[in-house]
Amino acid sequence: MSQAETSAVRKGRGEPGDQPHQTVSRRTTLRGTLFGLFRNELLTTFRRWRTLALLAVLAAVPILVGIAVKIETGDGSSAGPAGGGPGSGGGGPAFISQISNNGLFLVFTALAATLPFFLPMAIGVIAGDAIAGESNAGTLRYLLVAPAGRTRLLLTKYATTLTFCLVATLVVAISALTVGAILFPLGDLMTISGTSISFTEGLGRALLIALVVAASLTGVAALGLFISTLTGSGIAAMATTVGLVITVQILDQIPQLHALQPYFFSHYWLSFADLMREPVYWDDLVKNLGIQALYAAVFGSAAWARFTTKDITA
Amino acid sequence: MEEPSATEPQKVDRGDDDDDAVIVTRALTKRYRGGQLAVDTLDLTVPAGSVFGFLGPNGSGKTTTIRMLMGLIEPTSGTARVLGRPMPRATRAVLPHVGALIEGPALYGFLSGRDNLARYDAADPTADPRTRRKRVAAALDRVGLTAAAGKKAKAYSLGMKQRLGLAAALLQPRRLLVLDEPTNGLDPQGMREIRTLVRELAHDGTTVFLSSHLLDEIEQVCTHAAVMAQGRLITQGAVAELAAGARGRLVVTTPDAADAARVLKEQGVADVAVTDDRVTGEVPDGDRELADLNAALVKAGVRVRGFGAERASLEDAFVALTGEGFDVAG
Repeated sequence: MSQAETSAVRKGRGEPGDQPHQTVSRRTTLRGTLFGLFRNELLTTFRRWRTLALLAVLAAVPILVGIAVKIETGDGSSAGPAGGGPGSGGGGPAFISQISNNGLFLVFTALAATLPFFLPMAIGVIAGDAIAGESNAGTLRYLLVAPAGRTRLLLTKYATTLTFCLVATLVVAISALTVGAILFPLGDLMTISGTSISFTEGLGRALLIALVVAASLTGVAALGLFISTLTGSGIAAMATTVGLVITVQILDQIPQLHALQPYFFSHYWLSFADLMREPVYWDDLVKNLGIQALYAAVFGSAAWARFTTKDITA
Repeated sequence: MEEPSATEPQKVDRGDDDDDAVIVTRALTKRYRGGQLAVDTLDLTVPAGSVFGFLGPNGSGKTTTIRMLMGLIEPTSGTARVLGRPMPRATRAVLPHVGALIEGPALYGFLSGRDNLARYDAADPTADPRTRRKRVAAALDRVGLTAAAGKKAKAYSLGMKQRLGLAAALLQPRRLLVLDEPTNGLDPQGMREIRTLVRELAHDGTTVFLSSHLLDEIEQVCTHAAVMAQGRLITQGAVAELAAGARGRLVVTTPDAADAARVLKEQGVADVAVTDDRVTGEVPDGDRELADLNAALVKAGVRVRGFGAERASLEDAFVALTGEGFDVAG
């Protein structure tokens, strides 16, 4: 709820004649309006077993990749061209071959491996469940008569989903960094362009890449939230969102759809590798963020239009 | 629904008795997509300070009405005013003053009872987070759940869930409580506690809007009642008046039932029926003194153990009004 709406409520309550007789003084506090529900929503989401299980799966991916690389290069020789690695498929960057030289590359590899499916699926579950899950459990009607306010609840849900995007990405990155530091040497590293940067700068780039990856998921989050307002079944909304993610990923591989592909939310996802160039190549990165903003705007508006006019019968 | 709706007329019809009313609906109608008419031109007036019983068979439109009053469903036409403000437009201003239990409790199974209440409280922008802990504890105490407050809600029994739902409605001092089947799933002791609670709240000045299919429950706690059937309001008014509309019955308890029945018929009592040692009949009209009937029985040698007129129950009134029992509307 915006500040303008808050003041509108105050003004509304001051209307002469409309005021209830024995007025219990109860003001809408800005703090309670903006942060109270969001904080509670975060606590509620991250106390769910399902959320923790998703994060555990995401944390396990870098561990598995790290161990696989370690076993493959266990004889002490440097890694060969690991062509089958997840990072090398789908036009992604070939960071995996560098892991055994520098553990920091496990961060890039793990993000490239989880971005196409694991991360968007996890987001799809959280976003798809956001409204539909509450509706399914019947808790939606009680939140709305509390009254949470429909716009405020929707914004809270989207903010929570975005927070989950960030947390999920950071879980992958931190798990990868930890595993990388334990299994492999750390030190100065080589960019894709062939220049050398210090380990500290490499860490900075890794953080930047994690932020870009998290931002890459905002489009899926908005899409999932919109789907979530369409149905009363949390499972159906989750399945639809995850199904759409997979479908779009497949369509993105079909050459005949070339004209459409720049509008797919996942088309520029792997552009985050351009942050490892010297100088950084911004074109696709900017296009990616633009697409995400477009999806967030379009599906966010659609979700709002749907949710604020919907009859809540569950 | 924050947007002003096209169905909201600017002119508001407010009769004299409406000024004091907590809920006023005028020609409130809801037709669901698919054409089903759930609520049909409902004119409901709930006086302030009343305990208002909302009666009707399953499928009669009670829940749809309650959802329209709470701003969850947009009416197809007509108006609803709650605490003097139009719904669903004024949900933000009205609902903090309203506690509601709608179609049973809904809880987060993975949260404790206490955390469930904290969540619902956080959803209310007017709730002060600094007093949250205290208010949650007070609400839990009021419904007798303090001992189970730390348990996960999924481990609660149906009755405990119902109590927790009630506690959520009592997180703040309310001007109106809307309770949909509040004693569902409760044991007799629990039902009595809820009735006591409702009386206490009403005594403190809270208007209670209580929907139930338990007629004797409504009769025990309610001052006013409305009856719905098939989306239409059949009647509304003070419970005493509604019950008075149905006539009571004369009941004679005697070992000489057959003689008693004969004498009563001779005395002009209509609809005489005998079950074991009970003889019942219609209470004779106005000027006829009941004591004379008793005297006639005794004079005829009938040994009378009990004699009196049984007051008509709300159930009799209901059956008289709908001509049927509580069947699900088709």
